Amino acid sequence: MEQELKPELQKRMVKGPDGVEFEVEPLRDYYCEALPTVQHGAYFKIVEDFFNWARAQSLWILGFGTGCGAIEMRPLMTPRFDAYRYGIQWRPTPRQANLLVISGYLSVKTLKRAIRAYEQMQSPKYVVGLGSCTINGGMYWDSYNTIKRLDDYMPVDLYIVGCMPRPEALLAGFEDLKKLIRAGKAEGANQYAEKFDWYKSNQKRVIHDWDMPDYNW
Amino acid sequence: MSFDWMKIPYALLTVFIVFNYGLLLGAFIQKIGARAGRRYGIPVWQNYVDLIKNYGQRTSITHGVMFYLGPVFRLTGGIGLLLFVPTIYGSYMFSNLSFAGDLILALYFVFFGTLGMALGAGESGHPHAAIGITRGLSQVSVAELPFALAVFAVALQYQTLSVTDIVAAQQGGVLNWTLFTNPLAVAAAMLAFLGSMMRPPFDVVIAPQEIPIGPPTEYHSAYLALMQTNRAIFPVAKMVIYMNLFFGGATSWPEFAVKVFLLYLFSAFVGVCFPRFRVEQSIRWFLIWAVPLGVQAILWV
Repeated sequence: MEQELKPELQKRMVKGPDGVEFEVEPLRDYYCEALPTVQHGAYFKIVEDFFNWARAQSLWILGFGTGCGAIEMRPLMTPRFDAYRYGIQWRPTPRQANLLVISGYLSVKTLKRAIRAYEQMQSPKYVVGLGSCTINGGMYWDSYNTIKRLDDYMPVDLYIVGCMPRPEALLAGFEDLKKLIRAGKAEGANQYAEKFDWYKSNQKRVIHDWDMPDYNW
Repeated sequence: MSFDWMKIPYALLTVFIVFNYGLLLGAFIQKIGARAGRRYGIPVWQNYVDLIKNYGQRTSITHGVMFYLGPVFRLTGGIGLLLFVPTIYGSYMFSNLSFAGDLILALYFVFFGTLGMALGAGESGHPHAAIGITRGLSQVSVAELPFALAVFAVALQYQTLSVTDIVAAQQGGVLNWTLFTNPLAVAAAMLAFLGSMMRPPFDVVIAPQEIPIGPPTEYHSAYLALMQTNRAIFPVAKMVIYMNLFFGGATSWPEFAVKVFLLYLFSAFVGVCFPRFRVEQSIRWFLIWAVPLGVQAILWV
């Protein structure tokens, strides 16, 4: 279903400060339209294993709290739980992060931002669903405005159950994620590229004001 | 004039040693900062792992030619700074490619990386990068003022522009160091040092809470890895300059390690004790406290 674009995203003529008129088409000019492709690892298995080890030991989490579960991530940065000693750090920009933690319920409005953040991250990238809400909707199972299964919208590598999970559970979960990465089983970015159409149709089914390109780098 | 080709592999060896020392030192200082906050902090090898991971990322995107060149300029600034000053005084192997006017070149290289970064971050087109680089350039420029004044004072004092000669003049006992022969210049330079080390109270440039990470907002994968490489080399290179100009240089690697560590510790110590300045506050602070010291140092000489 095609939506009417917001005025600032429509193709229009703009007059510059020097009096020259030029055409602006925001969706085409400001975004790269190339779709994601499947990325293969290094040719030699030993090199790829080495990289996977490094990826596991250096998890950079995007500092983006999507729901109430985000409050369980803060204690991880402080002296009591101190996740930094496990090689887990927080980065403020999706470009540098390689782990997106969907912390709790995800409203449709936030889902849009979460998708944009996920797509801006560089491959290989991982998604962890935190809390029951990401698995089946949790206590928001009959809400009109939240998604029920995160797995339908982006490839999730690991769920951490609980409402909400304690910081210890998060640490245990991250250790499990490390095992997955080291075993080369966390290939969510490639899964996203392979089943891109399926993910997009799911996303567009719930996001009604879709005013961005299909894939925004 | 014949060029001694053997100097090149030796200089590369210096870069290699400093690179590893810088990575470990950076993690170690971060650990000390964490301990001040009652945390364990990152493992000392964490910087290596981060570096390998970033070089091993499978995708990267570009925003244009300058976006490529930004990290390259930055790394050039760090390595260039290191290559053209003697790291170990009196050692043929580690005197690098120093020459008679290397002090001027060093002053230039200290600024070079920031300028390259400004162009690269500008092309990334991210508003946070633009804000970060504006803050960064204003702060580094004003921190450069007292440092330049201190360097001129030292150059006037020893009547030379060669770092090697300045180190030579400080040999023969602790009391010969510039620290004691010209304390005003050292005080001005050490205040400037705080401003260029990207630690609190002068770390608003990369302040993660207000403007996500500042200039490198759009940098990722191998670009970011290049910048991390520079992050290991550049501070050590700068501290080599400080060590040579003000603290009698180093005649051996252990002496080098101790002096550089203490210099770094100084900025970390100030960093954990004081809260962050905003840019206009830090500019005012430098102009009020550091620049007059630099002017006095010149007058005193």
